[in-house]
Formats: sequence, structure tokens, C-alpha cells
Amino acid sequence: MFIRLACCRLLRNRKLIYISIFISLLLSFVYVVVAPHVFKLIQKPPSKTQEVHQYVIPGDSPIISMDTHCTFYNCFNIYRCGHKFKGGFKVYVYPMARYLDTDGIPIGGKISKEYHTIISTIVESHYYTANPEEACVFVSSIDTLNQNRFRVKETSQALALLPYWNDGQNHLIFNMVPGTAPDYKTVVDLSIGKAMVAGVGFNSWTYRSSFDISIAIYSDLAILLSNNFTFKLRPIFITTVQTNLHNDFFMYLKSIEKQRSMIRVMERCSNGEHNKSIICHGNITYNYADIFSDSVFCLILPGPRLMDVALIESLAAGCIPIVAINHVVLPFFEVIDWKRAVILWSETELNTLLDTVSGIPLDRRKEMSDQGRWLYRKYLSSPKIITMTTLKILSQRLHPHSSDFYEDWNLRPYHESARNPLFLPYMSDSSGFTAIILSYNRIDSLFKLINMISKAPSLQKIIVVWNNQYKSPPHFSVWPKTDIPLKIVQTTANNLSNRFFPYREIETEAVLSLDDDILMLTIDEIEFGFQVWKEFPDHIVGYPSRTHVWNNKTNTWKYESEWKNEISMVLTGAAFYHKYWNYAYTYIMPSNIKQWVDDHMNCEDIAMNFLVSNTTNKAPIKVTPKKKFKCPQCINTEMLSADQGHMATRSSCINKFATVYGRMPLKAVEYRVDPVLYKDIFPKKLKRYNNVGEL
Amino acid sequence: MQAKKRFLLLWFIAFFVLVMCLLKTNRNSDDFLHLAYQIDDVEDLPSFMDDWQQNVEVGRPPAFKIYETRHQMLFHSSYRKTNKNCRMETCFDSSHCDKDFKVFVYPLSELENNGLINSIRSVLYQKMLDIIVESRYYTDEYTKACVFVVAIDTLDRDPLSPDYVRNIPMKIQRLRHWNGGRNHIIFNLYSGSWPDYNEDDLGFYTGDAILAKASMSVTNMRPGFDISFPLFHKKHPERGGEPGYVRSNTYPITKKYKLAFKGKRYVLGIGSETRNSIFHLHNGNDTIVVTTCKHGKNWKDAQDERCDVDNSLYEKYDYASLLKNSTFCLVPRGRRLGSYRFLEALQAGCIPVLLSNNWALPFDEVIDWNKAVIWADERLLFQVPEVIHSISDTKLFALRQQSQILWEQYFNTIEKIVFTTFEIIKERLPKLQSRDGVVWNTSPGALVSQHSYTEYFNFNMPFNYHLLGKKPSSNFTVVIFSQHNSINTALYRLIRNIVASKYLTQIIINLCADNGGKSGYQKIAGIQILISSGNGCSRFEPLPFIKTEAVLSLDDDVVLTTDEIDFAFHIWQSFPDRIVGFPARSHYWDNSKDSWLYTSKWTNEYSIILTGAAFYHQYYNTLYTRWLSPLLIKTVEQSHNCEDILMNFLVSHVTRRPPIKVSQRKHYKEQVSNGMPKSPWNDPDHFMQRQTCLNTFVALFGYMPLLQSSVRFDPILFKDPVSNFRKKYKQIELVTN
Repeated sequence: MFIRLACCRLLRNRKLIYISIFISLLLSFVYVVVAPHVFKLIQKPPSKTQEVHQYVIPGDSPIISMDTHCTFYNCFNIYRCGHKFKGGFKVYVYPMARYLDTDGIPIGGKISKEYHTIISTIVESHYYTANPEEACVFVSSIDTLNQNRFRVKETSQALALLPYWNDGQNHLIFNMVPGTAPDYKTVVDLSIGKAMVAGVGFNSWTYRSSFDISIAIYSDLAILLSNNFTFKLRPIFITTVQTNLHNDFFMYLKSIEKQRSMIRVMERCSNGEHNKSIICHGNITYNYADIFSDSVFCLILPGPRLMDVALIESLAAGCIPIVAINHVVLPFFEVIDWKRAVILWSETELNTLLDTVSGIPLDRRKEMSDQGRWLYRKYLSSPKIITMTTLKILSQRLHPHSSDFYEDWNLRPYHESARNPLFLPYMSDSSGFTAIILSYNRIDSLFKLINMISKAPSLQKIIVVWNNQYKSPPHFSVWPKTDIPLKIVQTTANNLSNRFFPYREIETEAVLSLDDDILMLTIDEIEFGFQVWKEFPDHIVGYPSRTHVWNNKTNTWKYESEWKNEISMVLTGAAFYHKYWNYAYTYIMPSNIKQWVDDHMNCEDIAMNFLVSNTTNKAPIKVTPKKKFKCPQCINTEMLSADQGHMATRSSCINKFATVYGRMPLKAVEYRVDPVLYKDIFPKKLKRYNNVGEL
Repeated sequence: MQAKKRFLLLWFIAFFVLVMCLLKTNRNSDDFLHLAYQIDDVEDLPSFMDDWQQNVEVGRPPAFKIYETRHQMLFHSSYRKTNKNCRMETCFDSSHCDKDFKVFVYPLSELENNGLINSIRSVLYQKMLDIIVESRYYTDEYTKACVFVVAIDTLDRDPLSPDYVRNIPMKIQRLRHWNGGRNHIIFNLYSGSWPDYNEDDLGFYTGDAILAKASMSVTNMRPGFDISFPLFHKKHPERGGEPGYVRSNTYPITKKYKLAFKGKRYVLGIGSETRNSIFHLHNGNDTIVVTTCKHGKNWKDAQDERCDVDNSLYEKYDYASLLKNSTFCLVPRGRRLGSYRFLEALQAGCIPVLLSNNWALPFDEVIDWNKAVIWADERLLFQVPEVIHSISDTKLFALRQQSQILWEQYFNTIEKIVFTTFEIIKERLPKLQSRDGVVWNTSPGALVSQHSYTEYFNFNMPFNYHLLGKKPSSNFTVVIFSQHNSINTALYRLIRNIVASKYLTQIIINLCADNGGKSGYQKIAGIQILISSGNGCSRFEPLPFIKTEAVLSLDDDVVLTTDEIDFAFHIWQSFPDRIVGFPARSHYWDNSKDSWLYTSKWTNEYSIILTGAAFYHQYYNTLYTRWLSPLLIKTVEQSHNCEDILMNFLVSHVTRRPPIKVSQRKHYKEQVSNGMPKSPWNDPDHFMQRQTCLNTFVALFGYMPLLQSSVRFDPILFKDPVSNFRKKYKQIELVTN
């Protein structure tokens, strides 16, 4: 405002007008670009003293001890966490503050890097809210990660003084190192009433099911181990990695080591008591980080606390952990299936460990090691990731209907794996199918086709997709009269993908997709095709087939319509498939494939074959030997050498789709399916599907 | 003019500055929020692992292996219902479970001797005991037992119930191996009674025993120790069991109703809060929630003003049709947390919407229920419609399929429920554990996936290749089952044809005739062949020499060409969970004889592939030998017949799919000429025996697992009018029937 006034005053002096413009530009520049920096500089020192509040905790400030009977249902106020906020619940983080006791001594050490990351992760996440009134969960900014770094009583008092504390209800306390000498409790010793603990090293008595969250301890070394991982020979079979084990464990393991050399028992180096980066075996000194990468299995035993960094570091280094800690609650056990990466053992059964573990085959070991490293990177590798995993688990508890499934949490994304959406092992009992005919203007042949297929006993409905925007479908009165309901869909654009739209009118499980010129199918062939589909409901079952071949010269895929010994696609000009694939084609398939199909007016059938094969890892099924399907007078366009262009386009489709999927999902197979008594010399009367297979 | 321009320019600048100021302050306020958590020198902050004397810390001592001897609890001390501190490591002695998981059931005679014969068991509990005794888990030697099951009926512990068994504390104390309940499983469906229905109140002290109990709450269970058990009807079938109702997997799911419930309304008492308010969800349109307060003898005493309205509405709807016609079924808690309707809804493929806070769903230790149910919260009842409308069609599709899988895998028979309980305990033992969540939560499930670390297979299971992105092995082992002691010309010819296959790894001759138990290599037709004998004529013995996933099982007088073998193997690789072979047989139901019939006639369908010439996954050898009920094996051994039918039963039972017939070949043996000894296959007695087997197997399985297929697999160009030269499997063209 003041700048503007100044300018106005200057305006009166015409000579100074340019100067005024210049100055105002300069001023605005200063104000916009330079001032904030200066502002920051000026503001910074006071911000430290002014914004970080300082509280003095009265010595007699009341505390309530931790409620061991808390469950999600009796201690958590769910009414704070309504559905109104999309994306789940909201977390409020108390502002940073300093807490002193009456003598002016801080209640704990300086906030740690890790706790600071936890807080800023929450603040930057979509869970954060600045408004405590709309918060569902509260997180304090008092660093409670390591019980050895704060005073328990005073910290409890400080927490109880938080403005929205309310006996700790809906508060989440993060802790990674609970317990202090000599008893090393398995849960942080704070008196926090009804607050939840996101802690490490619970045992099954201190962990309050459905209430606490078992998280992972963060390790700096693990990141290094994970980054430096290489596949190499691991000469040692089992190693121990902890130096702070109880003497009884040492003695016992040493005695095993003496009998069998399969195990290596590490010790603290006698000369380097305080050097954590070295570890000894006999008189050999090892770099602590190295012992994880030269051993197949890492034996993890109870240290002072039930869970320490050893598990995390083993996972990161690909050393398969054998966790022999009785009663331990593993990190994120609610969602992570540790059995896939860790061998769970009992600390009292160490004598039989070697025999069992040595029986585990090599590929299983590799699988476990890979899974362990993946779990580490995905859920445990940084304070940020640990925090986000914790919040996600909390979110699943609050909204269990939107939980991820076991497979989402535990299966490594692997491009060869396929989660078949049609996973029910069944043979369909469907009584019939819906025929969908794609038509543009060939009315004669369309009507012939309708007349022909309407005789199929299992046909329940015909849907004609009229893809012509310039010409309306023929008047109702001229359509063939059939007993089967007939429905005509006028599309709004001439897209081939229209034939795969999941029309609501399709009420059957199975769809028979047809081109309007497929006139040579017999009723027996259709009925047999439907029977085959019922036996293989997750496959595309069709009549005309094609295959793809690798062209070594051009290093590309080639579309092949010759009669070969293999097939990898069936054309959807005549094919049965589950209606689900219509939905998948329209809404799940990569949109650039659909775009490509509509742009090129071609390859919708190839796209469908890619989609199904990519989703299920299964090949389509060709039924009957039939090769010709169109009207007898017509000539197969694909067979014409003149139509080289068509073949080239189809080949380019295959190459394009393979690029989009990042792999070639099509599977070539050498079989087709015929009726059981096909070509058998056997009375026709007793044979079903007689009229199958005339070419 | 100029002035105007300048003026304009100035105004523009002023405006610009103003806007920038506004933007700036906006950003400032944003910064201000985050400033509260800002620290300038983040890198200088200490780590949470710093400033702390770590190296003086000493680890915990090892846990005790020897369990403290429990002093026998007197029966009046039932104030403690269970030993709440029990965990597997402290209350379960796994030393008897090392090699095998065996279950001891207290014999009836022991009770009689103790004068306890008056304790009558309910039909249901008797069924459960019978199932255990007939199973592979059973042992009659208590010293070999890992787990003990008491013969005292503990299913119904509601003193108001007619099945309530009295004097249990005394009876339990007299059990010879009770030992404070160690290694015992107590099965229970109901505990507690009106008015508080105390979950822990079984009326006796269960001590260290594992509770396999229905309606447990998550927070009350001893984690990793107790087992949440399903609540099922008295008439639940022992074996066989009904399949799920979803026989046609339509997408999207379009049912008449979105949400349905028909059941009791409690006017007062425990559980009434939920049951008394769910009727608010009823809209008569797509949500049908009808309740009645007409239950119990004295319902009129407690009735409220809603009862009349309720009852009239209640009569309008049929429970069974609601189950079938609704997408979601409300499963609210009753007096106890669990209810029958949970399994009823599961079977019907009506996705359960749970209103039963804290309930531990059946076998939740191993089953990922998020894949089959929707959890709602009793406290947020009115969010239920919103929650179920937020479920996408694809998720719904998955939930419904999973409901069927879980129902058929673990719940549709008493046998499966009891076996699952044992398998869960087995899974906890370090030495026996092996199956991860994928096995438990996908078809065909953990009950048919039997292996452990100690005998871990070096191959994949026949299931889930697609899910795990793996491929079945690219070669096979031939196992020729020979009843003769000599090697005849037919066998020579067969071996020559087999050797020509490029996928062959090894030929093993499983010699039935006893040649002194000698095993070893022998050179036949120019190839080293392993002769294995002394397996007691068991065709499906999981021989340790089999190193490939695929096994080609052959009789010694089979005629097969190399092309046929290669082609069948190619098909097996696409369907590694099925039996893929040549000669097919069929079964059908004969109403007049009221039994199943077996036929070798040419039919349009088949359901059995003879294992005289078939590929299958070697894992089925293991299942056949180690998993099938001993009664089934006994039937085969006694008849010296039918082992191939049983194998087909097994595979169809496990996969719920028919076998696969390859190509035209029907006769796979040398045609019997007049001079030759009579083949057993033409013997009518032999045939009758197979008929009998079929019916015995059905009785023992509890249902007919075989499934009919009407398709046969041929090479792509089979009998096509192209030059034979272009065909890959030429020999198949020449095989006539």
C-alpha cells in the first residue's frame, strides 16, 4: 500500500515519472524477492525463543499409569474419526516445545533426528491436520523414541499436560527402545493412560492386541547394507550377530559350534570394547557390517530388549534371520507374513535348529532372502517409511473395509506373476450366454447370423452393437423374428472398443463375441464352444486362432495367420469369454492401448488377448479345427497377400502392446480342443456335437 | 494519451505488487504452520541411538525349557477360568511333536473304569471324536501324542442348555494325562450363560489347555495359543459337505437386495445395544433388516411398543431367500460374539458385514478375512450403508469368490473344521511350520498342502504357479509300474519310444513283484533305468528318486508313441494341477440301482483318466500316500485294484476340476489275442470290483468328487487337410481308435 501511495505522489512530477516507474519496479522486486529473505533472517533468532514454547512441569503434576486392558473398542474414541475426511483419518501433531522440570533441567535429551523425521513425515502426509478439533489421532512432539534418553516420570507428566491429552485417549506414542537396565521392560515405561504405543520389542503379554502397533526399530547400518548388497557366495551357514547376548546363550552356542562347524558364534572384541564397528570370532576381527553378508542365516536371539537392530540389519543384508526369541511380537505382524522371510524358532529348541535349517532347499533360501530384503525396503528402511506404514495400519483399523489384502502387503511385485481376478476354482453352471454382434452396415449378413445363432439352445440374449453413426439401424419391423430377446445398442462413436463395453444388458456370465460376417459356425460348434468355456471359465475360448512369432532379423514381433502348430490368440470375431473381461478392457486395461485401438481402428481382439493373458498368465483355447468362418463367397482378407498393410498393422499392434506391458504376455500353445469322440468311428446317434469341424 | 499510458502502467505495477504481497502472506501463513515443527539444523540433531550406554547392557537369560510342574488345581478353585498367561512356549510341550503331529483321544473305556459312563456326549461331539479317531492324526498311544482331546463333551457350557455336562471339574481331574491341561485341546461352542454370557466361564478350570472356542474376542484370547473356532450347527455334515451357493460367477453382482438381515431383536441384556438398533437400517427397498422380539419363553414380559410392528414385518421375508438374493448379509453379534449366520452367509456367497466388535473370526490366525468379509463397527452403525456402498464392483467380485473358497476349504464339514484346528497348532511348532499366508488363503488351501521344513520339497506345489509367476518344470520322470518280474518286448518298445522324448529325465521301473528287494540301475534298450522294488506294490509311492515335478505314470504293457508323450506333456505344463492322460473312463448315477456306476464304454464325457498312461504332478504321490484317509488306502490294498480311481478322486477333490484327456487313443494296451493270458481288464469280476470301489470311495469322501468333462485335447493341426509334413505331432495322426 505504501508503495502505491509513494508512486502517486511522484506522479505529480512528470519528469520523475520514469524514475518512479523504475523505483516502483525496483521496490516491488525488493519486496517480493529480497524482503522475504531478509524477513527470514530477522525473524529467525526470535522464532527460536518465541515460537518454541517452554513449559515447566510442576513436580506434583498428576499422571495415570498405562491401562493394560485397553482395546480399540474400549479406549479409543472412534467418534473423532468419522468418514467425512476422504483419504482416511486425520492426525494432529503438537507444536514443538521445551519441557523443563522445576529446577529448569530439560526432561529429556534434544529431539532426535529420527523423531523429527517421524513428526515431519506426518505433517507432510495427507493424514495431517493443523486443526486439533478435527483430528482423530494425536502425536506429541516430545521425543519418546529411546527410553534411555528421557526421564520417565517427568515425560509422563509433560504428556499429561498436553492440551488435548484427555487421559491419553487417541494419542499415539512412538517408541523404538523401551526399557532400561536392569529389568528392560518390553514396553516403554511411560504412564500414559489410554494412549496407544507404536513400539518395538513388545512381548505377547505387553502388546495390547488391536490397540498397540508393533513397529520396527530404525537402523543406519541397515541402509548401508541394503545399498551395498550384491549376490555373492556366502561361506558361513549360520552366524550370530549380537554381542550383548546373555552368557548362557554364548556358552550354549559355543558348545554347538565345537561339535559342528556350521555355526559361527561372534563375540565382542576384547581389545575394542567400545568399538561397535568391529566384532570378533576367536582371534579374527571382522568388520561388523561384513558378517551379515558372508552368512546364509543370521541367528537372532533376545538381547537386553526383545527386538533390536540385528533383525533389521539381517533383512537388509539378505541374511535370512532365524528369530529365536520367545514371545516376541514382530514388526507390523498384523500385515506382514514374516514366515515368508524369517525362520521363527524357539529359543529353547536351539539344539535341533541346525538339522532343520540345513534341510531347507536352495531356491527356498533365495526366495526368503529376496523377500526379506524387499520387506526391509518396503516397510522398515527409514523413519519416514516406518511412520507411513504405522499410519496405514492405523488407517486399516479405522476403516477395515478398505484394507489391503494379504497379497498387497506380502507379494513382491513380480512381472511374471498374475493375480487372476477369476480365481474361484469352479466349472460354471451358467445356463446360457449373451451374444454380442458388432455391426456397421452389413445388414444382410447380420440378419443371417442372427437367424443362425438364435437356434443355439444356450443363447439367452443377442446384443447388436450398431457402430454406424451415419446410418441408423434398420427399423424394428425388418429384424429377424426370434424368441431370443434382441437388443440394439447405438454407439456414439465408431470405436472398435465398443464391442467390449460391459453393457448392463449382459446378464449372463459368458459373452459370445461375434463379427457380423461370421456365418459358417454351426450350432454344434457354438454349443460345444460354450461347453468348453464352462470348463475353462477364465480363458478366452474361440474359433479362429492366430499366433505371434519373433522375427530375429528385425528384432520385433510378427503377427502370423498361417496354419501353424501353435496358437497364442483367438480372434474375438467368434469367441466366448467371461463378462468380467469387458469391464477390465474398458476400465482397467492401460488407456494407451485402448487409445491405440481406437486410433488405428484395428487390433481390439489382439488387445483383448493381451489383457487376458497378462492378467491370468494363461493361453486362450481354440476349439474345433475350423479355420474359415466368413461367408463362403468372401475371401479371407488376412490370407490375401494384397493386404500386406493389414498384417503390418497387426504386427505393430503386437509390438506396441508388448511395450506397454513391458513383457510379452501371450502364451503360445500347441493344442486345440475337440469333442471327446471327435473323428471317432462311432454311431452318430450316440455322439454329441456331430456337426463340428467341417472346415 | 501518454499520461494515460503511464497511469495504466503504474496501476498495473501497483496491482502486481499487491498481488505478490497477498501471495506472499499466504505462503507465509502456510510456512507458519510447518514452522512449528521446523528445526534449522536437522543434520546436527543426535540420533535416538546416541547418548546412551549400550555396551554395558547384557541380554536376557534364555527361557526355561523345563516347565514348572503345575500343582494340581483343586476343582473348587474355578475362580480362575484359564491360565491367562499361557503361550505356546510356556504352556505347550512340543517335545512329542517333533516328527509327527499325532492326536490322542481319551478312550471311552477309561471313563467307564472311572465310573464316569453317565457323562453322555452330544451327537456333535461324538461325531468330532469319531472323525479324529478315523483320521491320520490319531494315535492310540498317549506317549506318541502331541495333542490330547478329552472324551468329555465340552461343546456346550451353558448351564441352561440340555447338553450341559455336569461335574466336569471332577471328571477332568481324573483324566490320567491331564497334567494341568498341558497339550490338551478343549473344543467349545458356547460358554457363559444369562445374563452376562461370560466368555471365560466354561464352568471348570481349563488351565494350560488350548481352547478351540467359538465367539472369542480378540483381546481375550491368549495370542498364538487359543484358536477361534467357528460356530456351526448340530447337523453340520461330517464329510463331503455342501458346496457354496455361487455356481455362476456373474459380474457385476446384481442382486435384488444390497443388505439383508432377519433375526432376533434383544430388548435388553448383553448384545441388545446392537440388535435393538439395527432395524433402523431397514428401508424396505434394497436394505431389508427385519427383527423379532418373539423368542424365549417369556418374550411378552419384556416386549416393547415396536414388537408388533416388528413381528409383522418379520413374517414377510424368508431367511433363505434373503441369503440368496442379497449382496451383503448383516452379521451382528448375538448374546455372544459369534453367530450361525456367519457361516450361513459365507456359504451363500452373501458377503458378511460384521457388527460384532472385537470378535475373533474363525481361524483368524491363518485366514485373511479382509478378503471375504466387511468389518463394520457397532459404534458406527449408521455408517454401514455408506460403507457397503463404497465397495467397488471388482472388490465385491473378489470378496464373493473368496467367501466360497474359504467355505469349501475350511468350513463345510466337521472334518475340515477339526483338521484346520490341528493344522493351525501344527503350523505354530517351529519344526513343522511351513505354509505361508498364500497357501492358507488361496485355493486349494492348507489342508491339502502338506509339507514341512524338514521334508521340504525341492519343487513347487501344483497350485499357484500363475500367482507366483513360476512355470512348471520342463522335463518329466517316467515311472513304469510293473507287475511282472521279467522285461518283455512290449516294454522294450515302450522304453524306446519314451527315450526318444527330449523332455525325459529318468525312467524308473517300480517293480511290484518281489525280486528280493533289490533296487538299482539296469541297462534296458540302451538306457540306464532305475529299478525300484520292495515298495509293497504301491503304485503312488513318493519315490525319493523322482526329481521332476511331472511324473508320467505308465503300465508296463502300454503302447504309446513319442509324439503322444510329448504332446501330453505339453498340455500338462499348461494344467499342472490336473491328471493329463490317454485312456478315459466315466461314472454316472444309476437311479434304479441307487448307486454310482463305472463305465469304460465310449461316451461323450469322461471323469477318470487311467493312470496307466498319464501325467500328473509328483506332489499327488505324496498326498495319496500321506494324506488320504487310511480307510481309503485300505480299500485299495484289499482289492488290489482301483488305485487309479482313487487318484482321480484325490485330484478332483483337491482341484475341483476334471482330468484332461489327450488325443484319440482309447486302447492303450496291446490287443489281447486268443492265445495270451487273460488280462485283468477284461475280467468281469475286476470290473465289478471297480464299481464297488467307486461307491466305497464316495461313501468315505462323503460326496462324489469326480467331475465330468466333455472336451479332449488335440494338436492344433490334428486331422487338418494340410500336408503331414507341416504337422508337429505326426504320429498322433496315425493312431486310430
